[in-house]
Amino acid sequence: MKFAVLVFPGSNCDIDCYKAVEDTVGEAVDYVFHTATDLSAYDAILVPGGFSYGDYLRCGAIAQFAPVMAEVKKAAEQGKFILGICNGFQILTETGLLPGALIRNNSLKFRCHQVGLKVENATTGFTNDYKQGEVITIPIAHGEGSYYVNDETLAQLKANNQIVFRYAGENPNGSVDNIAGVCNEAGNVVGMMPHPERAVKEILGSADGARMFTSVLNAWRERNGAASIR
Amino acid sequence: MAQQVSAKEPTALQIAEQKIYKQFGVSEKEYELICDFMGRQPNYTEIGVFSVMWSEHCAYKNSKPLLRRFPTSGPRVLMGPGEGAGIVDIGDNQAVVFKIESHNHPSAVEPYQGAATGVGGIIRDIFSMGARPVALLNSLRFGRLESERVRYLFEHVVSGIAGYGNCIGIPTVAGEVMFDEAYEGNPLVNAMCVGLIDHDKIQRGVAKGIGNPVFYVGPATGRDGIHGATFASEDLTAESEAKRSAVQVGDPFMEKLVMEATLELIDSGIVLGIQDMGAAGLTCSSAEMASKAGNGMELYLDEVPQREEGMTAYEMMLSESQERMLFVCEPQHEEQAKGIFARWGLHCAKVGKVSDDGRLKLFHKGELVGDMPVKALVDDCPVYNKPSAVPEYYLKNGSIDTNRYEQTIDLNGALKKVLGSPSLASKEWVYNQYDYMVRTETAVRPGSDAAVVTIRGTRKGLAMTTDCNGRYVYLDPEVGGRIAVAEAGRNIVCSGAEPLAITDNLNFGSPEKPEVFWQMEKAVDGMAEACRFLDTPVIGGNVSLYNENTKGAIYPTPVVGMVGLVHDTDHITTQEFKAEGDVIFLLGETKAEIGGSEFQYAVHGVTEGRPPELDLATEKKVQQTVLGAIQQGLVASAHDLSEGGLAAALAEAGFGRGLGVNVTFETNLRLDLALFSESQSRILLSAKPELADKLAAAIEAAGVPLQRLGTVSGDRLKVRIGGHDAIDASVEELRQAWKQAIPNHMNGQTA
Repeated sequence: MKFAVLVFPGSNCDIDCYKAVEDTVGEAVDYVFHTATDLSAYDAILVPGGFSYGDYLRCGAIAQFAPVMAEVKKAAEQGKFILGICNGFQILTETGLLPGALIRNNSLKFRCHQVGLKVENATTGFTNDYKQGEVITIPIAHGEGSYYVNDETLAQLKANNQIVFRYAGENPNGSVDNIAGVCNEAGNVVGMMPHPERAVKEILGSADGARMFTSVLNAWRERNGAASIR
Repeated sequence: MAQQVSAKEPTALQIAEQKIYKQFGVSEKEYELICDFMGRQPNYTEIGVFSVMWSEHCAYKNSKPLLRRFPTSGPRVLMGPGEGAGIVDIGDNQAVVFKIESHNHPSAVEPYQGAATGVGGIIRDIFSMGARPVALLNSLRFGRLESERVRYLFEHVVSGIAGYGNCIGIPTVAGEVMFDEAYEGNPLVNAMCVGLIDHDKIQRGVAKGIGNPVFYVGPATGRDGIHGATFASEDLTAESEAKRSAVQVGDPFMEKLVMEATLELIDSGIVLGIQDMGAAGLTCSSAEMASKAGNGMELYLDEVPQREEGMTAYEMMLSESQERMLFVCEPQHEEQAKGIFARWGLHCAKVGKVSDDGRLKLFHKGELVGDMPVKALVDDCPVYNKPSAVPEYYLKNGSIDTNRYEQTIDLNGALKKVLGSPSLASKEWVYNQYDYMVRTETAVRPGSDAAVVTIRGTRKGLAMTTDCNGRYVYLDPEVGGRIAVAEAGRNIVCSGAEPLAITDNLNFGSPEKPEVFWQMEKAVDGMAEACRFLDTPVIGGNVSLYNENTKGAIYPTPVVGMVGLVHDTDHITTQEFKAEGDVIFLLGETKAEIGGSEFQYAVHGVTEGRPPELDLATEKKVQQTVLGAIQQGLVASAHDLSEGGLAAALAEAGFGRGLGVNVTFETNLRLDLALFSESQSRILLSAKPELADKLAAAIEAAGVPLQRLGTVSGDRLKVRIGGHDAIDASVEELRQAWKQAIPNHMNGQTA
């Protein structure tokens, strides 16, 4: 299996995603620059956190026009696994690959700390290694992480089982319905504000995020049959 | 030569006759010296360049004689003071690079940008050495939170630090914040950056090779920050607000690009010399790079990228626009360098060349507009040995008996007061705004004695802390200086690391006042002595003087930034108690030392007397013993006793996991003094029951005084002294007082 970690100007969790792939599943992983025009070599695409283009204009708004994003859309249509974390989630909503938008935290402050997350959908490409309803510990670090959708879309999300994570306990940013992460209808594109790549070993305070990476390896193996087992 | 480029600028003759140089902080004597070096009267641009190069901020003219007293070398020191940052060997061809710097004056008038650009500047100092920045720290001082202006400054300084550090993606892992009316109107904002480097990648700011091109990278130059270095070298007054234009505006996104491109450029091996444009911008970087190589430099100012129209030579040379770098490479590498910057969307402009005449020559619009000897700019600023006098207050304090206060009876209440004092209270409100986890190497987060950042691919880690108790330094600068270094060392040791070296930020009032200069001298002596004794040389730092407000000088605050080496991640230790039943030990002796303590301030409302004593031999023994015990795996938690004494330390250690204690403290002291004394060289340890005897034996063998206090137990803090229940309080209740103090102040809900 081969992972791509996208690098936009201002991405700063790219290194962390790269290391998390190395440390959890040990599969091949490359940094792929925002100018790239071919992602055909990759099975999973990680859109990392950070401040792409300085978050100027609006978080993720400028990144959607980077050449690589046309390829990400293509990959999403092909059913490849795509995970947007934090700024990566914002980019995926701006691009239209995921519904909703991320607005300023209701505290009006950047918040960085561990949160409890309830796994609401353990069937996506990135969550099949969790138990449905399980509460895991993953950190957040964002200023604009309040997920917003209108009532109509929220009803659709619920109907299609697209809510992947909810905050368990205190809602740190005022998101609608305590939503922390969502997926597309097919379940191959997932976006979330918390940072699973920051919770892959105990020395970092939690290892609960590691199963996001083992999940996608599972899903890819299943899709590609026995031949893929390494 | 040296034509005037702008009709608005005064002529060299007018500068001399109207003494215009005085507006730039240049004295008459200094002006005469400059004329001697020049062999003529300097024009407007030249006097501007001289004035910033000869400011305290750049030349250390008032502090140099003191800085020479610091030990600056040691077997591990690869680079001491003089470059962007100092460097210390940590084995395996790796080294740690770190430095602290102040942005006090800008933050006093424009807190968000002042603090943000302070962070940006210190990060540039680190990556311009070729190092990858891995962590940020800060040390902040404000007036009392009851003041609306103070809350405004505090809120926006924290936002500014967060805004810059979070965006650029370097974790802010540790720091300290204290509040005291002594800092009202003149907050202290000191930022520290720590980087990692391989030995063979170390860069210097030298303009090597006659004829080599000089390149400018980063955003275009604007009129912001002109005379920032001079602004930082004078007292803050009512007119300071008018100098808001001397505050720069930061762009962390731009710096992220400049950082990545610069590190890639350095990695390519083609850089001969590189330096960031910090204080005094293009002036300081060009003059210093030329000076360090013993060369000269020609600058073609028309080639300097400009953000505004009609900028004069004076403005370009003195601008402190942010996120800019200057570097030198061989001509054949020009295209390669440009390619690297283009990949990051940056333009790299050839703005000059290295010359052999030892002069800094400025060309603008076809004219030579400035021509100055480099050596005079960099090395020949006069150094002043200021008069020093023992202050009245110091003599008076010598006869104050700090044990004369009426005994505090409500000790539970006193503990709550101390824990709820903003200086001691939880700083979660602050550090939850900082991304302290990005880069995924933060093993010990903010809130413990020191932060620990691991080093990927090794079992090593770096422990780091900033420390200084300005009240101690005020009451006795020499002892206070010693304590600042010792306490930093104790915090590093408690985290399981071996102290390596320090960087210091000397924040003082006006050196023109003999009493302030005395504080500087004594504090430096105390720090230097402790550094020598504890083998932690000073590898770099910063001096910030003229920190005054309408009421006088701030407390002398020589902040110590210390970095230690964790030899094995298994040694990493935190302050929090781990499990019920663990045995609690107190190392060191407790005396009736209340002078300068948080108890004295929070309960009795004064700061007076003498601070706690510190014996360096005892301190060293305690530190070595604790580090040894940690490395042998005998210690479950370690916490340095500092502000709030034993009572606060016991409570803090329990807050992490909501654990109480059941302890008995044997002492002849009055109960309140026993609980809140801030006697130095004391550490609180806990150990698993099965290791407790072994730990006790190891400590006793080293000759360190030891008391087995009791055990971690329940959810109440129970401390018995001399048959009395001195403290008996719910840990959760204490934790709320400690945790909510700052948020309550910020939400306007002060008790």
